[in-house]
Amino acid sequence: MACIEARGLRKAFGKTIALDGVNLRVEEGRILGLIGPNGAGKTTALNAILGLTQYQGELRVLGRDPWSERDRLMLDVCFIADVAVLPRWMRVSQALDYVAGVHPRFDRAKAEGFLQKTDIRRASKIRELSKGMVTQLHLALVMAIDARLLVLDEPTLGLDILYRKQFYDSLLNDYYDRSRTIVVTTHQVDDIQNVLTDLMFINHGRIVLDCSMEEFESRYLEVTVHPQQVAAALALKPIHERQGLGRSILLFDLKSDSKPDLNSEVKSNRVDRQQVVALGDARTPGIADLFVAMLGNTQGNTPVDDSGRAQGVPQ
Amino acid sequence: MNTQVNAVPESPLGSQAAAAVMSETRPLYWSIRRELWENRSIYIAPLAVAAVYLLGFLISLFWVPRSMRGMGAHESLPPVNVLAMPYSHASMLIMLIALLVGIFYSLDALNSERRDRSILFWKSLPVSDLTTVLSKASIPLVVLPLITLAITVALHLIMLLLNAAVRLVSSSGTGVPWAPPLFEMELVTLYATAVMALWHAPLYGWFLLVSGWARRATFLWAVLPPLALAATEYIVFHTSYLDSLLQNRLYGFAAGAFDLKDKNGVPIDAHFIPLAQLAPGRFLSSPGLWIGLVFAAIFLAAAVRMRRYRDPL
Repeated sequence: MACIEARGLRKAFGKTIALDGVNLRVEEGRILGLIGPNGAGKTTALNAILGLTQYQGELRVLGRDPWSERDRLMLDVCFIADVAVLPRWMRVSQALDYVAGVHPRFDRAKAEGFLQKTDIRRASKIRELSKGMVTQLHLALVMAIDARLLVLDEPTLGLDILYRKQFYDSLLNDYYDRSRTIVVTTHQVDDIQNVLTDLMFINHGRIVLDCSMEEFESRYLEVTVHPQQVAAALALKPIHERQGLGRSILLFDLKSDSKPDLNSEVKSNRVDRQQVVALGDARTPGIADLFVAMLGNTQGNTPVDDSGRAQGVPQ
Repeated sequence: MNTQVNAVPESPLGSQAAAAVMSETRPLYWSIRRELWENRSIYIAPLAVAAVYLLGFLISLFWVPRSMRGMGAHESLPPVNVLAMPYSHASMLIMLIALLVGIFYSLDALNSERRDRSILFWKSLPVSDLTTVLSKASIPLVVLPLITLAITVALHLIMLLLNAAVRLVSSSGTGVPWAPPLFEMELVTLYATAVMALWHAPLYGWFLLVSGWARRATFLWAVLPPLALAATEYIVFHTSYLDSLLQNRLYGFAAGAFDLKDKNGVPIDAHFIPLAQLAPGRFLSSPGLWIGLVFAAIFLAAAVRMRRYRDPL
């Protein structure tokens, strides 16, 4: 059974169309990165999946309709909306008590175990904790819940690189077990490139890329081209060109030709991996590079900022 | 400290039913505790007022000359009412404080969780909007009345003990009655607290609904529209039905739930209301009570819906 299945998912806020007929299917046990510029519809999509917003179209999460069955769905689904939503007046011990009280699948000992590894004191109020500690606390609460789907919306926003690395490390080492599903959105895509099993780009309310990371690695190739090869390389129609240290860096889409039935245009577009590798130093591109290549042209500026600077960071 | 509460009974016999009941009530129980963690004024405010009142009472015991106590302005009243006076003032004061706390709590309850976006955390847990709204409604309707009652009784007992102690020390004349019929007074307090909670239920429901709907200025949104409507009615039709309706909802319970005149038709003094003057039958059969409760249910149902649909601020 698919963990999340959406067909023709649609949502408009007045005249603004946040989701424009999204189709997606996330199998159980995957770690999906949902990447998109600000206002692309990521959060709306997640809110629909979590039963926080109404939508048109068909949507099933773990076999349930999230809008009408949110409270039951939340037995199997956890989410971290962003780092700032834990109630600031609450004490750490109260947060543990409360979640233990209302969630039958919360393993308090496990949460305490996670907190043991941090500097968070049980008696502290959440408002007294640093942003990084609040995230650690939220993660400790969430990881101690035996859920089938974990949704993370910008979980590491505003955190320094150490906390971010720690966050994904604990997620992979202490939580993920190949039967759970994780959906994460972030602008800090470099952090998650090696975490994901699947990748989706969303723009203007539509899914513009949907592939597994194996596919990503076999399909896209980035080459720093030898200067004398540039003309030949450009002839192969890279999908993006940028300059780095005075050399051209080209990104190629090695389309897996699923239909070899000789449509001439498709054929001419097809690029051979060997051909490209011969042009210079080839490597798998970063997600950010592909994102810029695919969506950078349609936006005024670079939408992905891997330090999070371009984000409107809420106070 | 809560481990014993968390332990789900494992016995095979009847554990299914028990688990079902538990799974329905546990989120409600914990949500109410959560409200008390967040809003400590629910019990601190009446406690503080009780402490201040007690201090004043203590001072009055020593400083006011004995000859003046129970004399002067109150000569026209029956002696039992004069004795009951400090006690009834205490319970009225605490009821008033509880009313204010309940109003301001309700106006904030569904607003602050949207303001600080913590609603996204609460909604990430398997607690329904209905449970959440019920837990919040139970604060002014159940928890605050119980707290009022407990604090009032405790305060009365302490006052009585202090009074007795002072009398012992100063060895005033025996034979003179000095204590009001406190047990009867507590029963009346219990009755009055329950009556007020039931009568005011639609007000709290309305305040909760507004707090879930308005983006800010919940007090103004809750109070101004009804007042404006009443004023409009007066200006346009020169009538004041809405005005009297609103006033009736505020303090109409007094006339409905008590016989304010004794059997000789003499108005009774509110400092001591004998049990015989309570009119529970009349109160429970008054349409105003039941219409009010229907409105309270409608407002709460709307608040549940509002919590489901409204986004964080």
